Amino acid sequence: MEKNNKIQGQTMKRLIGYMTKQKKELVLVVVCIIVSALATAASSMFIQTLIDNYIMPLLGTANPDYSGLLHMLAVLAVIFAFGILGTLIYNRRSVVIAQRTMKDIRNDMFSHMQNLPIRYFDQNEHGDIMSLYTNDADTLRQMIAQSVPQLISSLFTMIAVFACMLYLSLWLTLFTIVVIVLILLVVKRISASAGRYFTEQQTSLGSLDGYVEEMVNGQKVIKVFNHEKQAVDGFEERNEAWRQSSSKANGKSNAMMPIMNVMGYGLYVVIAVIGGYMAINGLTNYGLISGRGILTLGTIASFLTLTRSFINPLSQISAQLNSMITALAGADRIFRFMDEQTETDEGYVTLVNCRIDEDGKITECAERTGQWAWKHPHHDGTLTYTKLSGAITMNHVDFGYVPDKTVLHDITLYANPGQKIAFVGATGAGKTTITNLINRFYDISDGKIRYDNININKIKKADLRRSLGMVLQEVNLFTDTVMENIRFGNPQASDEDCIRAAKLANADSFIRMLPDGYNTVLKNGGASLSQGQRQLLSIARAAVSDPPVMILDEATSSIDTRTEALVQSGLDNLMAGRTVFVIAHRLSTVQNSDVIMVLDHGRIIERGSHESLIAEKGMYYQLYTGAFELE
Amino acid sequence: MIRTLLKSMRQYKKSSWLTVICSIMEVVMEIIIPMMMSNLIDYGITDGKMPMVWKYGIAILIFALLELFFGTLSAHFGAEAAAGFSANLRSDMYKNVQTFSFSNIDKFSTASIITRLTTDVTNVQNAYQMLIRMAIRGPVMILFCFIVCLSISVKISMIFLIIIPLLGFCLVLIILKVRPIFTRVFRTYDNMNNIVEENVRGIRAVKTFNQEEGQISRFKNISQKVYEYYCKGEKIIALNSPLMQFCMYVCTLLIAWIGAKMIVASGNNPALGLTAGNLTELLTYSIQILMSLMILSMVFAMITIASSSMERIAELLQEKTDITNPEHPVMSVEDGSITFDHVNFRYQTASNDLTQKKRKNVLSDINLQIDSGQTVGIIGATGSAKTSLVQLIPRLYDVTSGTLQVGGRNVKDYDLQTLRDSVAMVLQKNELFSGTINENLRWGDPSATDEEIKTACHQACADEFIEQFPDGYETRIEQGGSNVSGGQKQRLCIARALLKKPKILILDDSTSAVDTKTDALIQKSFREDLPETTKIIIAQRISSVQNADQIIVLDDGHVNAVGTHDELVKNNTIYREIYESQTRKGGSSDGKEQ
Repeated sequence: MEKNNKIQGQTMKRLIGYMTKQKKELVLVVVCIIVSALATAASSMFIQTLIDNYIMPLLGTANPDYSGLLHMLAVLAVIFAFGILGTLIYNRRSVVIAQRTMKDIRNDMFSHMQNLPIRYFDQNEHGDIMSLYTNDADTLRQMIAQSVPQLISSLFTMIAVFACMLYLSLWLTLFTIVVIVLILLVVKRISASAGRYFTEQQTSLGSLDGYVEEMVNGQKVIKVFNHEKQAVDGFEERNEAWRQSSSKANGKSNAMMPIMNVMGYGLYVVIAVIGGYMAINGLTNYGLISGRGILTLGTIASFLTLTRSFINPLSQISAQLNSMITALAGADRIFRFMDEQTETDEGYVTLVNCRIDEDGKITECAERTGQWAWKHPHHDGTLTYTKLSGAITMNHVDFGYVPDKTVLHDITLYANPGQKIAFVGATGAGKTTITNLINRFYDISDGKIRYDNININKIKKADLRRSLGMVLQEVNLFTDTVMENIRFGNPQASDEDCIRAAKLANADSFIRMLPDGYNTVLKNGGASLSQGQRQLLSIARAAVSDPPVMILDEATSSIDTRTEALVQSGLDNLMAGRTVFVIAHRLSTVQNSDVIMVLDHGRIIERGSHESLIAEKGMYYQLYTGAFELE
Repeated sequence: MIRTLLKSMRQYKKSSWLTVICSIMEVVMEIIIPMMMSNLIDYGITDGKMPMVWKYGIAILIFALLELFFGTLSAHFGAEAAAGFSANLRSDMYKNVQTFSFSNIDKFSTASIITRLTTDVTNVQNAYQMLIRMAIRGPVMILFCFIVCLSISVKISMIFLIIIPLLGFCLVLIILKVRPIFTRVFRTYDNMNNIVEENVRGIRAVKTFNQEEGQISRFKNISQKVYEYYCKGEKIIALNSPLMQFCMYVCTLLIAWIGAKMIVASGNNPALGLTAGNLTELLTYSIQILMSLMILSMVFAMITIASSSMERIAELLQEKTDITNPEHPVMSVEDGSITFDHVNFRYQTASNDLTQKKRKNVLSDINLQIDSGQTVGIIGATGSAKTSLVQLIPRLYDVTSGTLQVGGRNVKDYDLQTLRDSVAMVLQKNELFSGTINENLRWGDPSATDEEIKTACHQACADEFIEQFPDGYETRIEQGGSNVSGGQKQRLCIARALLKKPKILILDDSTSAVDTKTDALIQKSFREDLPETTKIIIAQRISSVQNADQIIVLDDGHVNAVGTHDELVKNNTIYREIYESQTRKGGSSDGKEQ
């Protein structure tokens, strides 16, 4: 509990940090809240003054003079007008503050997410990351937009009312404080027990949602296996658990309001009895400013109204306690997400456009020349330029996703510019892992990887990745036009560049068949396209980025072989003159490679050309001829 | 729509009504208590009579306790009714989804079914609880307060008759104005979440192409729009409280002015007219009335927001499955023979997708004869309707025209469960569920012995890797099978299907992630261990089907050719092209090895 409070405190502090970015607005809102609270307090005080000073004296007079009363009402009207104005401004401005805070948090979350390492996405469920943006941000928005302004306004109302109470009577205020402390103790107990049920409700809801998600995603499998009954039983069990906890949690928190009300009435009666006793027995009253005097009946009436004005905001706050706790828990998750370590980048070698003259001398230039060089600053302040050619070497590389579980052992390979290197091997042999090391999605544990003879750790990640093109098995298309999805490979590319890339990838013909051609908007990750068409777009995307090194990770495995034959010429165009790493389980795809590496359990066990490997009669030969050998 | 939802109330009708009754009683107490309070001031404090103070004080406490009693009950029943109602709604939806055919599922999409079962239900739960506890008490409160005010002073009550309709009118105006804005807010919000989801899923693409900055500015753009729309909508809603305050203050001033005159006229004598106590009472009630109106407007705003959720739930509840059991179903399947007779098939047009593709026949004039125990390969390009063809066999979809017979009878004559028990299908997009390997495999046969499970796994070449896991068959599979590789998952799914001991086994591209050697081993065990079972194998690799008794070549929904491997290589262009593309360059060495 103690620890919980501390976390909530820190979360709250950070949240306030976000809100105080808008200092001027915040000051304006607080001032307006005070004005509005003062007007509310004035309306409470008003009854006493009205009755004592303006109505009672008129009693029994023959020709009552109402001008005093009228004057008083006019003054009040002005105060009220200010109050309304205050309420109007703070309500509208706090909407802006709340929404701007949410926008800042959202934008920070997203920007932060873009810089997280791939490792984070591998280790966390996508659903969990999404739920930060949906569930957690939603509860937080509700809290900032509704609970926080109410909290501030309630607080000021209570302070203002409290001052009025002190002004009226010291003794009665003292009694009130004692009773209110008792009330707060009760509130604390109830909210603690409701809080437990709320946690239980969230847990059971999480388990129910998870079950529903899993079952509905597998609905077709359920049908195929006649598994409907079991699926319903498992659901009912979780649904019932949720129903019970939700019913209890809401029951407890709903009851907060009547309980607060009743305690408010109790306070009212206690004050009435004590005040009445004091007034009737003529006991001396002390007011904070009014000083010593007799407790008048009007004072008691006013004081009684004030106690209600004091209790009301209190019960409003306590009714919102649980939703605020839920929101803070969400905020805590969001902030912890933002505290996740981002990808570090100590690289200082950058990729620049250049001109190369006949002597091979490289000069940097700003415009695109189609030629690139690595710009390498040294400790002594000198600069060297190395031509980008696409040579990649790996020297005794070890790697493990977790520190003590090595999945790649002693990988050494040389890829000369323009060579085609293939990796084959069973699922889990480490083919994809190798390519993830070249573009530094992961960092190696031991050994060295060099790109054009530069250690890749020295190259800025963005520049390293710009020099590598990737076509992955899973194609991620974004909700946007076909053109923009191709341009994704290179934002500077013109429409003509994109169309040329599409032609190169043999994608142009099907794109022209789409309802709006290149301007067709793709939705749901391009669900309306076939797997093969999506793959062609992904190849076009790599083509438009025009890198010297290409990585094709199972790029054609979800295309049927007949379509692949059509894609192949596009791919061949793309691969011409580049260093290419190919991963495929379909051996026909890789057999024309310069070098084929056979991987097994993270080690290269064979390497060589297709012919030499077949002649070797090792693992590759077995894989290649496996089906026939079994006969 | 409302009636559909209300059907799910069932056993919680009682607690709903109890909530309403208790809430009304609670309101009555909330009205009586201020009356007592004013009496306490008038007869106790003003007159300086301590016994009266005690008397009314105790009365207030008693009514307060009654309010507590009814309030707690209403809180309890309200929560119970709302939670129970939404549990029933969810359960009804879920059970209905279980009866859905594949085309029903396609129509709604998995993601939208999940949202309806989760977020939408929560929205309805909150709105319903609010409705039975607040919406009923509001009008009752207003009515009672107004009657009490009338009994105190008819003249002053007239103030309310002017103010209440005015306030009500303004509140309705606000709601009407805000509604379309919020519809837009939610749509933009969905788009924003869509961008997040695309980025979470496609993070590798983003990083590969250095698109972090581009995506951030794309997100910031829509985030800004969400901000603007929200501000626009909420700023209008923010008018609620100053408006309410304005009415309250106007009432206060008017009541004070008119009231003061009346008190002076009556000489503060209860017998003659208005007293000071009455005045405080009137002021209290005026605040109560306006507060109730305010809460009522909030409830309406909430219901407005929940109404789109209600609509979506009702849609799911009203959806009727389009594949039902026949009246006198055949309860056993004779053998694994299959006959397609002039079968045409097209997907039903989903309401939200009117693309040409869906309206066209997916399968046209299919005629096939498959004998029991045969091995049949199906080959064809992506989109040639291979999957659609086999999904007709266990009646996952119904043929549009023509007849499809299994075991010599029309599939529509069979009991659905019987049919699907005899036809095991390994889907292309297959799912494992969280639980142990054993539990997952027992989906095929709940009463399977450990021995049977081992045999099935051996046949699917899954036993080797399962036994390598530290916990063997008790290894836990994470949600979606994320902790096993693609090839392992496919083999587990095949083993699961084998445990059904089906008459017909359909593999829809189910060995694509399995290496060639293992694939061949699986083919071999099928041939040797399941001679009675009809095996239908959809594959991209020729090697997976070349030993089949007959191979069907599909092209754009038509049967292009049927024959054995040798026949097709000789006579069929499509097949030969595929075959050559897979053995290109290596073709000669294949020949040599053979």
